[in-house]
Amino acid sequence: MFTNVFTNAIAGGVLIGLAATWLFLSLGRVAGISGIVSQAMKNPGMLWPVLFLVGLGAGGWIATAFTGPAANRLAIDPVWLIVGGLIVGFGTRLGSGCTSGHGVCGIARLSPRSVVATMIFVGLGMLTATLLRGTGVLDS
Amino acid sequence: MKPLSGLLAGIIFGMGLVVSGMTEPANVIAFLNLSAGWSPALLLVMGSALVVTGIGYRLAGRRAAPLFDSTFHRPTANRIDRRLMTGSALFGIGWGVAGYCPGPAIVGAFTLDSRAILFVAAYAAGTLAFELWERRVQARSALADG
Repeated sequence: MFTNVFTNAIAGGVLIGLAATWLFLSLGRVAGISGIVSQAMKNPGMLWPVLFLVGLGAGGWIATAFTGPAANRLAIDPVWLIVGGLIVGFGTRLGSGCTSGHGVCGIARLSPRSVVATMIFVGLGMLTATLLRGTGVLDS
Repeated sequence: MKPLSGLLAGIIFGMGLVVSGMTEPANVIAFLNLSAGWSPALLLVMGSALVVTGIGYRLAGRRAAPLFDSTFHRPTANRIDRRLMTGSALFGIGWGVAGYCPGPAIVGAFTLDSRAILFVAAYAAGTLAFELWERRVQARSALADG
């Protein structure tokens, strides 16, 4: 188990889909991580978003105990992590969603907004990663 | 039951992210960077998640209400406006720079990956910056309307 990149990718995706289905079936909520983070920050008294994030960490921690650390590791300058984090934080709120909210839950609901958002962020993600790394501005 | 349902969804989601390999930004960059050794793994993650969620939503949506709430909270926005496009473009740029989107970064921070901790701190600051900016914009438009 956990040896083939592609079967792992599909198995992981199925788990994500099951989690999104459960959140919708139980609470009627869409599993968009950036939206849940924003709810947890704005209104920590509402418990389910906070506990979702705690569960996210706990589930990741449990799974890491089985899979072990990743085979390859991206070496990246801390400055780029900070720049990336700031832009992702502002951008996901302005655009009302990230990979999970638009890319998975939104497209699953056949929302035209989410289809457009996903095409834009995947396109710009590819353009940015390819330009920065293809030209040697970033070396990994 | 609401907090417990949220916790359970989070646990399964977090496990999925780790199993999929997407908590390691190297695997995300391998998909986004077309200039070297491209990997379709991220596409498989999104595709399989999408199929399961699509079927799950359709089945769950047949109910009059969710199990532990009185109504389904479906997003209501339907306009493809400048905010959606600018925000998604910014998100894509940041994603392409660092190889992290919010979910995997939060999981990474919990497993004490120093890269993820730094990214999540900046991500939270970016989210907060948006809220402050949004408040200013709304105050200004309220003034203009008044």
